[in-house]
Amino acid sequence: MPFKRYVEIGRIALVNYGKDYGKLVVIVDVIDQNRALVDAPDMVRGQMNFKRLTLTDIKIDIKRVPNKKTLIAAMEAADVKSKWENSSWGRKLIVQKKRASLNDFDRFKVMLAKIKKAGVVRQELAKLKKETA
Amino acid sequence: MAPQQRKPHVCRNPDLIRGVGKYSRSKMYHKRGLWAIKAKNGGAFPKHEKKAAAAAPAEKPPKFYPADDVKKPLVNKRKARPTKLRASITPGTVLIILAGRFKGKRVVFLKQLTSGLLLVTGPFKINGVPLRRVNQSYVIATSTKVDISGVNVEKFDDKYFGKKVEKKKKKGEGEFFEAEKEEKNVLPQDKKDDQKSVDAALIKSIEAVPDLKSYLGARFSLKAGMKPHELVF
Repeated sequence: MPFKRYVEIGRIALVNYGKDYGKLVVIVDVIDQNRALVDAPDMVRGQMNFKRLTLTDIKIDIKRVPNKKTLIAAMEAADVKSKWENSSWGRKLIVQKKRASLNDFDRFKVMLAKIKKAGVVRQELAKLKKETA
Repeated sequence: MAPQQRKPHVCRNPDLIRGVGKYSRSKMYHKRGLWAIKAKNGGAFPKHEKKAAAAAPAEKPPKFYPADDVKKPLVNKRKARPTKLRASITPGTVLIILAGRFKGKRVVFLKQLTSGLLLVTGPFKINGVPLRRVNQSYVIATSTKVDISGVNVEKFDDKYFGKKVEKKKKKGEGEFFEAEKEEKNVLPQDKKDDQKSVDAALIKSIEAVPDLKSYLGARFSLKAGMKPHELVF
């Protein structure tokens, strides 16, 4: 199976280990076989081992090592934020974060909502069953 | 003397390094104005006479000397004060009780008593927990708050919850054969009225929030997949 996501300049990656865990960063240069120069609008440009990065599908159009302003402009032009938040991976992460931050009362309300939804589904199912029976 | 609105005094002799002041002794003498005080007093520093010490009553030699030196206990200056309340527990917080008869019940915190225990109520109509004292260590504080402004909890203190002292009955032979305790522990009517008055205002503010009533009526339990150290309460 051929690879689809390549390490290239402009590739957006998700940091999966370390201080910047969970951040989306842009690969801005490749230092050597193991490390990349990585940048994001809210962090200082620095090196990161490829093992700490998980590549995403998103790629932006930049030259090697752009300055911060150009980088931010390119990210806006490619609309990275909304592409990420609409992708199924991005949506999953958002849901995980929301679930982790739920308060005890919120969890209770979610439970009530689930029960309600299941009740409605079951009613519909019963109706359909009766029709086909 | 009651200090009136004094501005905090800036240090006259700031530290250059710890242990070394900026000004020398002679400079400090000048800064403190001791020369002015002496000048005002005619060349010498003003002093007042010592108060005549009250004549101590003549001590008689003690009648008894202990055989060994009696050790004095070490001085203990600690003061008893109520347990420090966790910052997450404020009046109106919903607490989860973790032990005892009401374990798992979600309950409203009213105030901390002088003994350090927390005064808590169900409310009784909602989950069966009466006005009760609970130790802070056996409680999880959630971040849910109930509006408690309409409730007056001034009259409740530790004595209100103490055990009632019964008058001792004289032992008579006949009484041994009778039923030992004829009177059950009936809750006095005034305690029931206290509960009702506290809960009335509370229940109103609870019903203002959707689902809060059923939330307080339900018990808390850990389900599969819930990790207490990762849960946000």
